[in-house]
Amino acid sequence: MTRRSTPSGRRGLHPAAWWLWAACLAGAATRTTNPILLALIAVVAAFVVSARRTAAPWSRSIVFFFRMGVVVIVVRVVVQVIFGDRLPGHVLFTLPQVPLPSWAAGVSIGGQVTAESVIEAAVDGLRLAVILICFGAANSLASPYRLLRCLPAILYEAGVAVTVSLAFAPEVVMAIAAVRDARRLRGRPTRGVAGLRGMAIPVLESALDRSLQLASSMDARGYGRRVAVPSGTRRLGAGSTAVGLLLIMAGVYGLLDTGSLPAGGVPFVAVGAVLVGVGMAAGGRRTDRTRYRPDLWRTAEWLVVGSGAVALASLIAAGVTGVSGLQLVVTPLRFPQLPLVPMVGVLVGLLPAVAAPAPPTFATIRHRPPVVDGRPEPVGPADAVPSAVAVESAVAVESAVAVESAEPVEGSRA
Amino acid sequence: MIRFSDVSFTYDGADHPTLSHVDLSIDEGELCLVVGQTGSGKTTLLRAINGLVPHFTGGHLGGEVRVGGRSTRDFPPRELADLVGVVGQNPATSFVTDTVEDELAYTMENLGIAPDAMRRRVEDTLDLLGLHELRNRPLTALSGGQQQRVAIGAVLSASPRVLVLDEPTSALDPAAAEEVLASLTRLVHDVGMTVVLAEHRLERVIPFADRVVLVPGDGAPLVVGSTADIMATSPVAPPLVELARLAGWSPVPLSVRDARRLAGPLRQRLAGAPLPGTSAAVGGAVVGADATPVVRVARASVHYGPVVALDHASVELGAGEVVALMGRNGSGKSTLLAQLAGLRSPSEGRVTVAGKPPTDLPARKLITVVGLVPQDAGALLYGETVADECSTADRETGLDPGTTASMLDEVLPGMPQNRHPRDLSEGQRLALALAIVLAPGPSVVLLDEPTRGLDYPSKERLVMVLRKLAADGDCVLVATHDVELAAQVATRVVVLAEGEVVADGPARDVVCHSPVFAPQVAKVLAPEPWLTVDEVRVALGGRRRDQ
Repeated sequence: MTRRSTPSGRRGLHPAAWWLWAACLAGAATRTTNPILLALIAVVAAFVVSARRTAAPWSRSIVFFFRMGVVVIVVRVVVQVIFGDRLPGHVLFTLPQVPLPSWAAGVSIGGQVTAESVIEAAVDGLRLAVILICFGAANSLASPYRLLRCLPAILYEAGVAVTVSLAFAPEVVMAIAAVRDARRLRGRPTRGVAGLRGMAIPVLESALDRSLQLASSMDARGYGRRVAVPSGTRRLGAGSTAVGLLLIMAGVYGLLDTGSLPAGGVPFVAVGAVLVGVGMAAGGRRTDRTRYRPDLWRTAEWLVVGSGAVALASLIAAGVTGVSGLQLVVTPLRFPQLPLVPMVGVLVGLLPAVAAPAPPTFATIRHRPPVVDGRPEPVGPADAVPSAVAVESAVAVESAVAVESAEPVEGSRA
Repeated sequence: MIRFSDVSFTYDGADHPTLSHVDLSIDEGELCLVVGQTGSGKTTLLRAINGLVPHFTGGHLGGEVRVGGRSTRDFPPRELADLVGVVGQNPATSFVTDTVEDELAYTMENLGIAPDAMRRRVEDTLDLLGLHELRNRPLTALSGGQQQRVAIGAVLSASPRVLVLDEPTSALDPAAAEEVLASLTRLVHDVGMTVVLAEHRLERVIPFADRVVLVPGDGAPLVVGSTADIMATSPVAPPLVELARLAGWSPVPLSVRDARRLAGPLRQRLAGAPLPGTSAAVGGAVVGADATPVVRVARASVHYGPVVALDHASVELGAGEVVALMGRNGSGKSTLLAQLAGLRSPSEGRVTVAGKPPTDLPARKLITVVGLVPQDAGALLYGETVADECSTADRETGLDPGTTASMLDEVLPGMPQNRHPRDLSEGQRLALALAIVLAPGPSVVLLDEPTRGLDYPSKERLVMVLRKLAADGDCVLVATHDVELAAQVATRVVVLAEGEVVADGPARDVVCHSPVFAPQVAKVLAPEPWLTVDEVRVALGGRRRDQ
């Protein structure tokens, strides 16, 4: 088996494709309040993540987003129970009511809690949770650093801040683990309130320390070098970006408030966009960065984004044509319907689980060396993985993964 | 290539300068070694070369540093990136991207090197440092030695003319360190790169260095000279040089090969001399061969996901033993220590300390049984001052006030009480962490890589403390890459490889027969099994230095 040199095979999908796919799914979630459809979207996102995530540390972040989703639902329900709108219907229980002055109409504290209001709140929370999960999926599938590389040159200005903040969260997680260990070694509590107290300062201190080291390392490695550009070009870049953004802002205002600007503000938006483009091009000439093996946009990327678009389009179309079952009806209470077209549309979102190339990965399988003459043959170089895991070449691993997951990895590797 | 003209540097708020009136010139194609005690200003000197000092640290720099004709006064570090590559002490904190290949390309991307040239240079660097099998790995999944090589590759790929390295081998096992140093020498010889490196483990780097810059600290003038000249008189010297001074060899040999050619007569004199039982026995320790085991590890395995960190390892440790735990980077040493300290429990098998699994004990009880000083001793410290740290330790562990402070006085007398732990030297920090761990009186003391960043005097101090602990009947386990430390202090050596115990026996037997783990004295005097200069000194009728 020869090594395929397609960049998508080596590096996995273009990060922007994952983000667009996830954004489409999140968009689809905003168009419905049917809990079955919402749950389906979450399952689709989770399945694709489990099929196509890498072994990298950020790929575990989906778990965190799932937990956050649960918290969102619980908070939404609790808030509804205490402060919420009192929908009439099946009373579950009654909380003591706090009388509020008349000007606080529409807000109540306590009172009768109905099944209808609880379900409505739960579904509302679920929708937000699913949107969070979609973003969690994008986070797990695409390396944040590689996404950053796709930004146009002029936005690289903000790059230090973004890179450092991207590194900050993992730093904090690692610092927490280190501080917990240190506290246990010193015989201090690691759990509960007592454990939390006194951990914040060392954790933040070490994470900030490392962020500073990262910034100095970026600088020492040539980040932010400038090419001498005539001051005219520099002013053109800054000026045209600023004017362009102002025009776009005015144009959007016109689009939303019909009649306040001629032609609904469309010309404003168009001219503004051109100016911003010119500004970015002029500003981009100040750095002479090059890109190492840039991510390519190929068939697989189109398929992934397309599958997300189909999911979104099916829900929008269903909404426009008035397919029943898209919105949850709580009065009267009944089991939600299952609208066929949106459901099939959402399921199309599963396509990346096979269409996206298998992520480049390193040994995921415990490899026992073959026993020859009763002595195991040495495997791997001297300074290998921290274990008996054999370091395998990308080729061998690719085939091993193909066998393991028993899924077509060829996909659309054009 | 590099010229310091009358350079003085004072950190903000410091009352005396770290560097004062430094005049130094380093030529092209030179491998220059910077030595000195911790806190003497080595790192400041190195970071001034590419302008990180003062552009990133603040403070006041007088005089001028010029590199390849460019002054750091006019050029910030980013404008010097094509000329100077800097590898810091802790490579993991310098990584910007997330995979090995991207990391190697990062500097070149910033320099605007054409994509096809970049592609070629990344491949060259992968080969040069033996990283091609790791090219797609996330950087966080690498072992310490691999990270160090990636960090060096990441600056090398941009082919700078000057390479600055701050303790490049401190985290590496002996074999990996030799590999890194060999690649550096090749760069110096083949492409005429100028290399400036700071290192505490002189025994590893001395043979490669052309010149040595001794930074005495406290703003005293630098001492610069050829390696042999400096080593003949230097207060800090590797065992090889100590042996040469003892035997009266001149000129001082800098490599084991040179020393062996001179060592014939010495070997003959030593041939009939009685060997000491074990090195620690000479120091007065009880040999724990027949003691009842305090620590039992029975077929313990630990898995991190698909990675097996410990594979059916079995070890027993007795009271009064000092055991060195050795093995290459990522062989499971730290994992084993974490098991014994009760931080993790094994996936399979059984780990007991004083008859009980340590994870079953509550934190308060645990520290009276077993104490661990982690690799980064500073992780244990979060007080505002040394005195504050000691009193907090007493209060939180329910000890009599002053216990930790008096323990600290025993470990390292005369600590500055009002200093912030972060501003202590590496040796002082280790002493403070050790005192905190020892104060509750654990019978098992574990140390993870204690000599990282430690200068020779601090190391001597540590050896004495460990010997005393063993003499008092404690069980000491030291995970280390430092073969000289193991030779000096260990009664027994356990070697791990890929999570399995591959060797377990008396220190002399294990290290003398290993080309990797043998200390310099053993290499010079082989086949005679001598381990340390002190043993030789005693055999020749002299007095031990540490008594």
